[in-house]
Amino acid sequence: MCIHHTVHASYRNMKMLAVMFKILLFIGSLVSYTAAMAAQAEDDFVSGLTQLTQSDFDVKEQAIKQLAETDDERVGKVLPAMLSGSLYYVKADKTIVYIKKTDDGYALTSVLENTSLGVVSKRKIKKITVNNKLRKQLSGLIAQRGMTHHDPAVRLASVKNMISQLSQADRENIQTQLGKEQHKDVIAALNVALAMLDAEHTDKQKQLAAVKLLAESNYPESRNLLKEILIQAKAADDTTLINQVSMSLEKIQVRAERYQTIETVFFGVSLGSVLLLAAIGLAITFGVMGVINMAHGELMMIGAYTTYVVQLLMPNHIEWSLLVAIPSAFVVAGLFGVAIERGVIRFLYGRPLETLLATFGISLILQQLVRSVFSPLNRAVITPDWMSGSWQINALLSLTYNRLYIIVFSLLVFVGLLMILKKTSLGLHVRAVSQNRTMARAMGIRTEWVDAMTFGLGSGIAGIAGVALSQLTNVGPNLGQSYIIDSFMVVVFGGVGNLWGTLVAAMSLGIANKFMEPWVGAVLAKIFILVFIILFIQKRPRGLFPQKGRAAEN
Amino acid sequence: MKTMNLKKWLLLPLFLAIPFSVSAKDTIKVGILHSLSGTMAISETTLKDTMLMLIDEQNKKGGLLGKQLEAVVVDPASNWPLFAEKARELLEKEKVASVFGCWTSVSRKSVLPVFEELNGLLFYPVQYEGEESSKNVFYTGAAPNQQAIPAVDYLMKDVGVKRWVLAGTDYVYPRTTNKILEAYLKAKGVKDKDIMINYTPFGHSDWQSIVSDVKKFGSTGKKTAVVSTINGDANVPFYKELANQGISAQDIPVVAFSVGEEELSGIDTRPLVGHLAAWNYFMSVDSKENDKFIDTWHKFIKDKKRVTNDPMEAHYVGFKLWVKAVQKAGTTDPDKVGKAIIGLSVPNLTGGMATMLKNHHITKPVLIGEIQDDGQLEVVWKTKGTVAGDAWSNFLPGSKDVIADWTKPINCGNYNTKTKKCSGQNL
Repeated sequence: MCIHHTVHASYRNMKMLAVMFKILLFIGSLVSYTAAMAAQAEDDFVSGLTQLTQSDFDVKEQAIKQLAETDDERVGKVLPAMLSGSLYYVKADKTIVYIKKTDDGYALTSVLENTSLGVVSKRKIKKITVNNKLRKQLSGLIAQRGMTHHDPAVRLASVKNMISQLSQADRENIQTQLGKEQHKDVIAALNVALAMLDAEHTDKQKQLAAVKLLAESNYPESRNLLKEILIQAKAADDTTLINQVSMSLEKIQVRAERYQTIETVFFGVSLGSVLLLAAIGLAITFGVMGVINMAHGELMMIGAYTTYVVQLLMPNHIEWSLLVAIPSAFVVAGLFGVAIERGVIRFLYGRPLETLLATFGISLILQQLVRSVFSPLNRAVITPDWMSGSWQINALLSLTYNRLYIIVFSLLVFVGLLMILKKTSLGLHVRAVSQNRTMARAMGIRTEWVDAMTFGLGSGIAGIAGVALSQLTNVGPNLGQSYIIDSFMVVVFGGVGNLWGTLVAAMSLGIANKFMEPWVGAVLAKIFILVFIILFIQKRPRGLFPQKGRAAEN
Repeated sequence: MKTMNLKKWLLLPLFLAIPFSVSAKDTIKVGILHSLSGTMAISETTLKDTMLMLIDEQNKKGGLLGKQLEAVVVDPASNWPLFAEKARELLEKEKVASVFGCWTSVSRKSVLPVFEELNGLLFYPVQYEGEESSKNVFYTGAAPNQQAIPAVDYLMKDVGVKRWVLAGTDYVYPRTTNKILEAYLKAKGVKDKDIMINYTPFGHSDWQSIVSDVKKFGSTGKKTAVVSTINGDANVPFYKELANQGISAQDIPVVAFSVGEEELSGIDTRPLVGHLAAWNYFMSVDSKENDKFIDTWHKFIKDKKRVTNDPMEAHYVGFKLWVKAVQKAGTTDPDKVGKAIIGLSVPNLTGGMATMLKNHHITKPVLIGEIQDDGQLEVVWKTKGTVAGDAWSNFLPGSKDVIADWTKPINCGNYNTKTKKCSGQNL
């Protein structure tokens, strides 16, 4: 981020210098021919810019074309701004500006002079809107201009864009770029582009070599091209070509299947980590304390709403909001948990059916509470930029960041919880109480306090899970309901009272689900998993990892 | 907010007392049958408020037939059998003149026998799968030919889509709509291998593998689009996953039939920008009626940020049609109003006219909008004039020859033009 900013700043300074230089030049040599040309380009730029304020998209399309043709370096900033929606105009005098949201309104910067025009309210300015057609045009133009960009990522994107609409006219451009390019990924992409052009070559040797080379490419475009060539070769009955193309396609197919498997495992692990997060709090309250807490899902919901409130409180620091939300959600959900335990559950220990009904009632109360306070509509929780997008490993395999973070996060929560139970005095007390309540009390442990703390801990973890879920799904009153069944499923399958069992159960259910989904569809996959667990519980009622020894007897 | 509510509660007995004591016999009762709690509250609460606003407005204009209108609100709590019980309560106990309500098809199917048995009138405001026309129900939402088929036409002709993903939630509306769309696409020459159909459970939140499949399906070089009948809550994770896996609206546009302003107001819209939605009304439409409607709505609900949406417009049109029919018939008797309403026209909110047709559906314009980052939809395409709602799809083998006509001499919701027989059932 920092590097990016400084680059931008120096870029901006350079541009300012350039503008100043231009003005000097303009004044100094008004009569000269070059100045007349510059003035012409300037005119084109200004008139193109002015036309952007029109609401007709066809006019805008023309205006963008005109802007791109001027070669004015300001275009390099105007187009991306337009695409990202930060290009506005002032309603009063139609000055085109870049905007930046600040605490008390929108800070404007003039596009033409690159000067600051102060901070105004939203009603004074209007956005220059784009539609899909314009978005396509803009990203195409930006990519074209990106071929000589200093950032290799931009150059790579530019080459990828070229591959998606390759024509023989690009050959020269590719060859000059290949001569200059240093970065290995960009060189590889350029080579693929060149091979794709050669594959359509009339020269037989060149074509065969290119087809052979394309076997190493992961781009879907090159695969489609090979399929087309195969059809042509079959029509022309060209056996050597058919063999070569089939071999290349085969190689790509094998690789694609391998990546597909990796991807499915990743999907499974990520689903498993969501299940783990949802279930691990329950593993404490249900597993260790034996309380059937039907309001567990609602405690996650409270965690998710806490994230929403945190984002409301810090609208200008959305990037950091999640880091603040995690402890807040833990505390808020934990307090709710303690209140539930002290207020209701402690009167019902040893009466599981009544606990089940009471907590089910609490879950309904909490849902309606949220409906009254926040409205029945879903609330918008913003995903920070660092959690959006995906890690592009190659053209066939990419892993989404939000899932990656959640996998890591869920494992951290798991390890953290394990540490609390194994290494702290609270953990020792919790284990003692869960193994033998009377004996623990005789040893001087305040079991009531331990009960409240344990329930608070489980609830707090549910709150943390809510923060993660707010990044994946809707934050609404129904959030909890959709996870409660899955959570119980995981805990029961893993073995009540065993955290490791919960981990193994969550991961195996996640992966099994994702491997089944492509075969039978999402609906049936879910049904099969449920049926499997029912059958499994018949065989092993205590789950995968049953408690052994004296603890298991009662 | 808290004190406001408190005041309202304190004043409530007063409001209730006045009509009951002064003019208990001089009101016309209008039933409102929308879930105010449970999963559907998210969508239906707004429609209850819309009806209260419309009734309030009509009363300010002097009521109907010289009487004031009185809203009777019940809460079926998103529970389908309870819908039938509450409908019975409205018709038998409250003796309402008409009912405005239901959202899901299953709730409509659940109340249908009650309305037919007790001869009530139901105005149903939501887009649905068609294949139904009851003497007692007026369908003011879109039939498939008023939403799904024009949207597919737009994608085919204007966007040049060659490969189709039909993705939906697993229940009756998506299944029937997709069946119609599949038949329609095949009739247009689209091959089996260019159609991918996928169903997911309600509230599905893990879209990774499906989006990855869509990505692969769309990487063959032919323009691909997703036609989405994914319902409510499952949409946000779906669009998020699309954005995260790098599929933008320029590559694979998604056109949705269940995503409107109300749904967009509760989510982070950035991943959705540029995707499409097909409806018969958008809040962003420029028309005199619409400006007035939005103004009245904001004043009534006392919140300038609240949005308006398509089912609200359907209730607006339905209510105006009912008022006009009662005025024409001079009574609220269901049979007479049912007869009078056919052929009546009222202005809709998009600058055209909505006419009640013989098959109890109405004429509607079809609009395609692009989702903007402020949660509004900008119109990119619309039909010339309005499209007449078709109860029985021409693209399903079973209903190709079936029409609905509630005028003499046919007077049947399920009339086969080939066999000249009325099967007389809707279910």
